[in-house]
Amino acid sequence: MATSDEFRKQLEVLRPYLLRYASLQLRDAAAAEDAVQEALVAALVGEASFAGRANLRTWLTGILKHKIVDAIRRQAREPVVPVEADEEPGEFDELFSERGHWNERPAAWGDPDGALEQSQFFRALETCLERLPARTAQAFMLREHLGLETGEICKELDITPTHCWVMLYRARMTLRACLQQTWFGK
Amino acid sequence: MLLSCKETTRLVSQGLDRGLAFGERVALRVHYAYCLGCRRAGRQMNFLRQAVRQLSEQPPRTSP
Repeated sequence: MATSDEFRKQLEVLRPYLLRYASLQLRDAAAAEDAVQEALVAALVGEASFAGRANLRTWLTGILKHKIVDAIRRQAREPVVPVEADEEPGEFDELFSERGHWNERPAAWGDPDGALEQSQFFRALETCLERLPARTAQAFMLREHLGLETGEICKELDITPTHCWVMLYRARMTLRACLQQTWFGK
Repeated sequence: MLLSCKETTRLVSQGLDRGLAFGERVALRVHYAYCLGCRRAGRQMNFLRQAVRQLSEQPPRTSP
């Protein structure tokens, strides 16, 4: 089946968005490029299955998600990403007392909705994400950026559900502390 | 069962990833009733989810 030029053009317009989407998850520019390219090729081949769907971007993002997960699977086979410990003893000890109560109560975040209107805020968030250990960040982004269920994340990263929850917990606690320090506490 | 703040934050985080059991939800609510710090931390973890979902809509950073 011949692909229409119009369709091809529509796909190209979305390329920057897709690249951004893939880069957030993969941290590796070349791997992100590859995933986007694979998704675009798959979209061209599958134009017929798009016919009649409302939103091209949503459809494409769905294809891209699969390609990103494929890329992560490949990365997992060549373990460049070091495996982090299940739960380090004494983790967050500085946050909690011996009895598990806050040493310092979390401060209220003034106007979080307003932060979502500011590109500076998202830059701060990205910087905080970059500071996370690689695998913790990967699990967190699979969950919150790609929206995978914990079960799928466990399978892709070859870890137990408990390990997965620990990593997500670690990511959230670290990110909230980081944003407190670099954005909301300022 | 009374939860510590450490246990509570762990449970709040898990609540974003799996369905909590009835007992867990009750324990959480009891703790929330008297702990402002955990209520804030919980709200902030929810906010993180919201923020990350909007990340891809942002223009990419030009300089590293």
